[in-house]
Amino acid sequence: MAIFGARRVLWRSFSTISSHPLRVCIVGSGPAGFYTAEKILKTHQGSQVDIIDRLPTPYGLVRSGVAPDHPETKNVINQFSRVAQNGRCSFLGNVALGYSISLVELRELYHVVVLAYGAESDRVVGIPGEDLKGVHSAREFVWWYNGHPYGRNLDPDLKNTDTAVILGQGNVALDVARILLRPTSELAITDIASHALTALEQSSIRKVYLVGRRGPVQAACTAKELREVLGIKDLYIHIKETDLKITPADEEERKNSRIHRRIYELLSKAATAGPSQPSSGQRELHFVFFRQPDRFLESYDKKGYVSGVHLEKTTLKGIGSGKQIAIGTGQFENLSCGIVLKSIGYKSVPVDDLPFDNQKGVVPNVKGRILSDNSGDPTSIENGLYVCGWLKRGPTGIIATNLYCAEETVASLSEDLELGVLASTTRLPKLGRDGLLQILDNRNVRVVPFSAWERIDKEEKRLGSLRNKPREKLTSWEELLKVAGSE
Amino acid sequence: MLTSRLSRVGFRIINELSRGGYRCMSRTRFRQGHCGQCQRSPVELLSETRAFFQGAIFQKHHYFSTLGSNNTSGGGDEQKETISVTFVSKDGEEIPIRVPIGTSMLEAAHQNDIELEGACEGSLACSTCHVIVMDMEHYNKLEEPSDEENDMLDLAFGLTETSRLGCQIIARPELDGIRLAIPAATRNFAVDGYVAKPH
Repeated sequence: MAIFGARRVLWRSFSTISSHPLRVCIVGSGPAGFYTAEKILKTHQGSQVDIIDRLPTPYGLVRSGVAPDHPETKNVINQFSRVAQNGRCSFLGNVALGYSISLVELRELYHVVVLAYGAESDRVVGIPGEDLKGVHSAREFVWWYNGHPYGRNLDPDLKNTDTAVILGQGNVALDVARILLRPTSELAITDIASHALTALEQSSIRKVYLVGRRGPVQAACTAKELREVLGIKDLYIHIKETDLKITPADEEERKNSRIHRRIYELLSKAATAGPSQPSSGQRELHFVFFRQPDRFLESYDKKGYVSGVHLEKTTLKGIGSGKQIAIGTGQFENLSCGIVLKSIGYKSVPVDDLPFDNQKGVVPNVKGRILSDNSGDPTSIENGLYVCGWLKRGPTGIIATNLYCAEETVASLSEDLELGVLASTTRLPKLGRDGLLQILDNRNVRVVPFSAWERIDKEEKRLGSLRNKPREKLTSWEELLKVAGSE
Repeated sequence: MLTSRLSRVGFRIINELSRGGYRCMSRTRFRQGHCGQCQRSPVELLSETRAFFQGAIFQKHHYFSTLGSNNTSGGGDEQKETISVTFVSKDGEEIPIRVPIGTSMLEAAHQNDIELEGACEGSLACSTCHVIVMDMEHYNKLEEPSDEENDMLDLAFGLTETSRLGCQIIARPELDGIRLAIPAATRNFAVDGYVAKPH
């Protein structure tokens, strides 16, 4: 215990042992970026941390991913804004890696670069018809209702059909289902984007199917979200009782996981509670298990538009270590719908000059230290380059997962500093923030510092107060930059 | 009039002294007996101040009723205003503090600069204030967790059979002496809310 304390003291004072303050650049201002910044500022007194983000607004998925009717989940923003307000920390918005500044340039300007830019793309289902109109990624749909500048033009058609099919049964799938089915009067007092609220108020969607290729024991959602969607007022829930049958392999899986036990309980209670038929005009939520999509069906009347999903029944097969996968049985059925939302997982986007594991969708690393190539050889480490968050672990987990992820990455960094692994860079002064701002100025990049974000924040709250919402999000680059720039 | 004003002032002084008492204690984690006043319990400080006010026009019963109205459990002077709680940090460091009745363990940790995360600020929307109650006797004295708390505990890292959320444990006299461990983040933390077998 005493030794650990001594080591910590050593790390904390390291930046004064090397005569130059440690300059760190973190790419990405979501939970991974902010938890990493907080840990570095705390562990290395005298360090200077800059967080860049390609959006003018910080906080990543806390702002653009967490559903509008989950405001308490966003409370962590208060903690992150205290980090940004630390004198040794700077948020620099509207700075895009690979566009405004390259990775090579950042490594020149800073002693340490941490990549924490998350996952902005999707896993592809890879079946025919995926590019039919009406087939959307849930990620883009979430961006759309959360007012992300890149989601603004999605324009999903919610008026051509009464049925939506969602592929996937994780929390994002449940969020999307809930936003489609909740009474819009309840959504009207959240920070949902206005264009989305209008579209939902005019929506004709009354039935939502959540399709999973495995069973209720394997469902990927968590209890709070499931409980919430099952508790929507006046909603008819349908779960086939036969889907609830448990095999010995299922029992083994359940035994080892508290969370899966509780999810299964919630689903089986919902299957038997409530009426067996919906009442007229009632909205419906159907949990469909053991079905995987084979292809998307094209409409006869509207060429190029989706009219349904061709589903294959599945059965589960054990692949060792208690895991079961779904395999097709050759029996098929059709599910008609006018809109499909694919919620089968996010995927990270690679950046130039970096190795990338395409299969896992991550930058190859060992405890956050980026490796020079995809071989997985733990000795070929890129000096001074680290990774945190979804880009490191894959797009799974909750906000808090990044807390531990950041701890691990910063521990690797601290160890490297202490052991002199980074001595070749740390013995030289780096230009850091001043150098970066100079280059960006030369390139006419309109940097949005934290104080400018605070102007955006204030304006959004002001506009929101006019409509009984906590905020009215500004959803276009022009509006955001205009308000950021105004005095 | 004078009496009520004095009793209000008196109560404020008691409060300040009590607060000063346990805050002082938390700073002297490594050194015992640094601050002379810290050795006394708030009850002793109370009687000292009471004696001070007896010089002025001050009625005993009036004084106690003022105190009573601000004590969440209500009633007499045998009731402790604070309980003793010991946090055990991730490094094994023992941090004894005093927590006012009615305060949550998360609030108490923050008031004493103890490193306990609270991402959602006590609104049951995260699991970062996860603590492990170190003995069954105290664990059993806690009320059963609500569905909402259990939903969050599903996602806590290093969940054990005596795990609770710090924001949901509210100080009561029965919990005096409770010891709470802050779980260490393991290197092989799991994602997706998967919870390792309880230990």
